[in-house]
Amino acid sequence: MELLKVENISKAYASHQALNDVSLSIPKQSIYGLLGPNGAGKTTLIRIITQIVNADAGNVYLHGNQITPEDIRKIGYLPEERGLYKKMKVGEQLIYLSRLKGLSRAESVRRIKHWLEKLGIAEWWNKNVEDLSKGMAQKVQFIATVLHEPDLLILDEPFSGFDPVNANLIKDEILELRDKGATVIFSTHRMESVEELCDHIALINKSEKILEGEKKDIKNSYKANTYLVDHIGQLGMLDADFKISNSQPHEEDSNMTSSEIVIQNGLNCNDLLRALIEKVEVHSFIEKIPSINDIFISKVEGGNHE
Amino acid sequence: MNKIGLVIAREYLTRVKKKSFIIMSIVGPILIAGLFVVPILLSIYGGDTKTIVVKDESGLFAQSFDGGDIEIEFSSLPDDSLKSQVLSEKYDGYLRIPQVDVDKPVDIELSSKSNLGIDVSSDLRKAIRNEIEEIKLKRSGIDQATLDNLKADVDVKTFDLSKDGKTEETSAGGASMIGWISAFLIYMFIFIYGAQIMRGVIEEKTSKVVEVVISSVKPFQMMMGKVIGIAGVGLTQLVIWIVLSQLLIAGATVVLGTTMGDPQAVTESMSQPEVQEAQNQFMSEAMSTLDKMNLPLIIVSFLFFFLGGYLLYGSLFAAVGSAVDSDADSQQFMLPVSIPLILSIVMLGPIINDPNGSLAFWMSIIPFTSPVIMMMRVAFGVPIWQLILSMSLLIGGFIFTIWVAGRIYRVGILMHGTKVNYKILAKWFMTKQ
Repeated sequence: MELLKVENISKAYASHQALNDVSLSIPKQSIYGLLGPNGAGKTTLIRIITQIVNADAGNVYLHGNQITPEDIRKIGYLPEERGLYKKMKVGEQLIYLSRLKGLSRAESVRRIKHWLEKLGIAEWWNKNVEDLSKGMAQKVQFIATVLHEPDLLILDEPFSGFDPVNANLIKDEILELRDKGATVIFSTHRMESVEELCDHIALINKSEKILEGEKKDIKNSYKANTYLVDHIGQLGMLDADFKISNSQPHEEDSNMTSSEIVIQNGLNCNDLLRALIEKVEVHSFIEKIPSINDIFISKVEGGNHE
Repeated sequence: MNKIGLVIAREYLTRVKKKSFIIMSIVGPILIAGLFVVPILLSIYGGDTKTIVVKDESGLFAQSFDGGDIEIEFSSLPDDSLKSQVLSEKYDGYLRIPQVDVDKPVDIELSSKSNLGIDVSSDLRKAIRNEIEEIKLKRSGIDQATLDNLKADVDVKTFDLSKDGKTEETSAGGASMIGWISAFLIYMFIFIYGAQIMRGVIEEKTSKVVEVVISSVKPFQMMMGKVIGIAGVGLTQLVIWIVLSQLLIAGATVVLGTTMGDPQAVTESMSQPEVQEAQNQFMSEAMSTLDKMNLPLIIVSFLFFFLGGYLLYGSLFAAVGSAVDSDADSQQFMLPVSIPLILSIVMLGPIINDPNGSLAFWMSIIPFTSPVIMMMRVAFGVPIWQLILSMSLLIGGFIFTIWVAGRIYRVGILMHGTKVNYKILAKWFMTKQ
């Protein structure tokens, strides 16, 4: 079941088209990765969903109904750039933001203390935001985003500025929030985080959506029936059914050769194995599953060459 | 859920807690008190008196230099030795009066090592001129009694005629003083706190805070919350200033008063009783002026025009802040916003001279200049219908500017990197939401 549906959104700025007829459907309780190179239109899309900017055309639906300002109030939105008052103390600032979301003062204080402890920064209560580093401020911002326990979290580049340890910390929090029932949309151009976190992805390039679906489906559909084989001995000529797309010396063992072989004409991997065993000594045989990064690059570059 | 209350509280508390606010609250009154106390101190303990040596070859001026701040010594030593005494700083100056023809007094020389200043030379010139005048008058046969009789002290008291035929004494001096101070305070506070509004808006915009809170608060609530919160800061500062300066002035008066009562101090300075007398006279005059003016009306008007003017300009400053990406970009929009304000402070002079003229009337009615100009006029007394008209128009004026500013703000606050000009502002203003 989908929580959020984006339909035929278009948006043009004075000098360029930021989004062109983009539709997305975001399932409930999923972690939805919005991917795309810099300037693809991800942030614009998020700003349209959060009604910071108006779309020229198209609609956004939440639970099947057109999204209202009241709904937006319930969203947790983490902007890409820090949105914190520099001159305020961490505690005061979080209380202010959470009270604006409608929480009482006492409840705000309770939740903020809980979160500060959870992220290991309880001693920051009286620190000025301007004294925090980028990553530290991002932690505070993250807390501000989740304090009111939103059903829908929109995180724009949530890991920027984090070291690997803190990135993992936040990653675990995101997973935990998902498990508790939240739906998370996050935009990024960092593929490794997508690989681990997302159930669903959408790829946006040059203002258009070029790919959307479940992560595993997408990965499967990009398996090109290609196998990676490490072997000793020369392959020479194979049947026409097997196409050697690449062959080079093994990176570590100079006796070995690594080859990439594409199976054609409806044959399967056993057929290839049989053909190989007759000619060479096979040391490793695995199917090549494209990473999101590969898909991203091939899609984006493909798009650029059109 | 009172969101605007939260915004007001934040704007107010973060500013009031700042060190700069606390410092300004303490330093301000000291400066103000200094403005009152220092001139009094100076007049009592005077600067250094200049000693001038006079060589009067004509013998006409022996009695001419009595009194005044300049100490005079007569000498008949030769020119060169007197000049060298000036050079060795025994005297501050040397005045040589040769045998002069009273009809054509030339060749009078004043020489000094360093410049004596305009006061000394003009005092000396006046003394010489008076003496020559008197000699000439006597020569033309007027006797001393007639002469003394001629120099009458003229004291014009000004009265306002009211309808019931009663006359009331007014004091133009006191009124212009009070009017000027309150007008200037309004002008200063609008600028200082208007700029704070603008910087606050720019900070929220560039730090993207606005994108985080915009889902919880309407842009209009954000803008008004800021404007009202900062108004509170301004009022707080004003109250602190008034209370502290009163205390300081009172304290200083007590200290000065005891010094004056000290007999030793009195004998030290012969001119002191006069000063004290003049001072007392000034104070009682000021007091009676205050009594005669409608003080409650002045205070109410001051608060009204203070807040009204602030709201009118403050919202415009907020709109400017929302339109630009940095302080530097704000200049082009600041100028048209501040011109009416600067104009009204510049026009204060002509308006003091003619507080009921048509220039004063129109400037005190038009909302953009009325906060400063009307405040000036209130001290002199204005017809009540003009005051009501001016106040109503000011209310209308700030509702209008808040409305305009709100429409620009809601769009501008979320815009980045746009090169903003007036056409774009107009477009934002027209945008429907």
